[in-house]
Amino acid sequence: MTEADFNIVLPEVILAVFAMAALLFGAYGGKDKTAPMILWASAGLMALMAVWIGVSGEGTHTPFGGMYVDDAFSRFAKVVILLSGSAILLMSEAYLARRGLLRFELPILVVLATIGMMVMVSAADLMTLYMGLELQSLSLYVVAALRRDSVKSTEAGLKYFVLGALSSGMLLYGASLVYGFSGTTLFSGIIQTASDGHVSLGLLFGLMFLITGLAFKVSAVPFHMWTPDVYEGSPTSVTAFFATAPKVAAMGLFARVLFDAFGGVTADWGQVIAILSVASMFLGAVAAIGQRNIKRLMAYSSIAHMGFALMGLAAGTAFGVQAMLIYMAIYVTMNIGTFAFILSMERDGVPVTDIDALNQFSKSEPLKALAMLVLLFSLAGVPPLVGFFGKFYVLRAAVDANMTWLAVAGVIASVIGAFYYLRIVFYMYFGEEGDGIDGHMTPVSWAMLMASAAIMVVGVANLFGIEALAAAAADALVK
Amino acid sequence: MVGLEHYLTVAAALFVIGIFGIFLNRKNVIIILMSVELMLLAVNINFVAFSSFLGDLAGQVFTMFVLTVAAAEAAIGLAILVCFFRNRGTIDVEDVNVMKG
Repeated sequence: MTEADFNIVLPEVILAVFAMAALLFGAYGGKDKTAPMILWASAGLMALMAVWIGVSGEGTHTPFGGMYVDDAFSRFAKVVILLSGSAILLMSEAYLARRGLLRFELPILVVLATIGMMVMVSAADLMTLYMGLELQSLSLYVVAALRRDSVKSTEAGLKYFVLGALSSGMLLYGASLVYGFSGTTLFSGIIQTASDGHVSLGLLFGLMFLITGLAFKVSAVPFHMWTPDVYEGSPTSVTAFFATAPKVAAMGLFARVLFDAFGGVTADWGQVIAILSVASMFLGAVAAIGQRNIKRLMAYSSIAHMGFALMGLAAGTAFGVQAMLIYMAIYVTMNIGTFAFILSMERDGVPVTDIDALNQFSKSEPLKALAMLVLLFSLAGVPPLVGFFGKFYVLRAAVDANMTWLAVAGVIASVIGAFYYLRIVFYMYFGEEGDGIDGHMTPVSWAMLMASAAIMVVGVANLFGIEALAAAAADALVK
Repeated sequence: MVGLEHYLTVAAALFVIGIFGIFLNRKNVIIILMSVELMLLAVNINFVAFSSFLGDLAGQVFTMFVLTVAAAEAAIGLAILVCFFRNRGTIDVEDVNVMKG
């Protein structure tokens, strides 16, 4: 372990040192009075690290004896994770403060979870994978139960914890089998054992357990049952965080394991991922129709979106990974905007989550309603908005990989799913007179909502060049 | 002679008992926490057995990490459970049902 190794993980080290220092500062410096300062510092530092990683990183490095990897793929995922985490922190400040939830531990836990995610997308060894995943999960269990005097929030934390622990157990059992049958925990060693197109039964079992554990983390059907409850029970700003950065990290880790460790046996896992993908897309689309609570609705929406992202992985090609990365980047942007709006939904100071409250919203707030219209159309994948291009890429990846049936299923699911997004738009523009919402939006949230909606329209021109970046990232992963 | 298969069988049995403990148990959330620990320990047996069989230390190092994380996980789980008990006054699995899902 030389100095050069540590230079490569410097962003993670800086964030970890910052988290420890902030914890001490918060504990000795006046507890929750320091919370806004720590929150802004965390968000600023995360954004700074994103810029640093995005600008300075180049080439592929494998420090610490190949247990860690810093390449274009991990950098792409890290930039998305850091920026979305930072954005969510900024826009949730006012929401948390109004409900007395602005505790100084929250930004620190978010930073720790983010470090875990950065380790996940850079993992090149089963141990690194496990430690990153657990750092992320343990921090997230706590933030889910952030409102500790609320039954719903603690129940959400408890459910998330039990199912998260179960999935970690599955993943570990898989890791132990993979270790036993390949003789190493390094991905670079595992891929040599499993490179000639056929794998031993033990290794295959291990792979399936790994996929099960990871499917829990990305909330793919049939391992999705925790998602709606956790999304509904957690404070809305925490839900917003759950719906963005951890999903990117889990998809990144999924891609790492499948391609770095099992890239030689694409045929063995392609069908499994395809089935997860179809099931997620359909369940997400159908189950959301009956939901009146917008947080539960967004939970099913995220399940459906994960199905589409998995479609890119199922293709098993570099183009598929590129499509997945583009899809995740677009998905995160849309969700930040949507949750900026959901955070502001309240009536007489009480948060409202019922979609009926949006009736006639366009009369009182035409601009916000228009921004939401754009975002919801984009989530549904209506051309020519950016959300459509995300879907278009994964569908093309599936067709190119001779999985036309998967692409057809995806189109059908997305048509079904469009119904519940469009229903919200219908309520906003043509709904019956109702109580409505009177939530005031902070300038930060307003800016996030408008920026995200604007990106959905303007990005049509060239997707802001992320196409080329995602292609470079995919090439670094799929050799 | 006790060979690798015996260890793997014991580990697999413990792991399955752990999973069933989570899903079949209708009584108490504490039992779920115990089942989770059982699963992790089953994995540890796997790792140590493979490590000894392969003559490779990585498995034992992994076990140390798993033990440490399991302790942290149990601490967080119990903390959340205490909060839940304060709000709900019960820790029966059947009563974890404010939200249906």
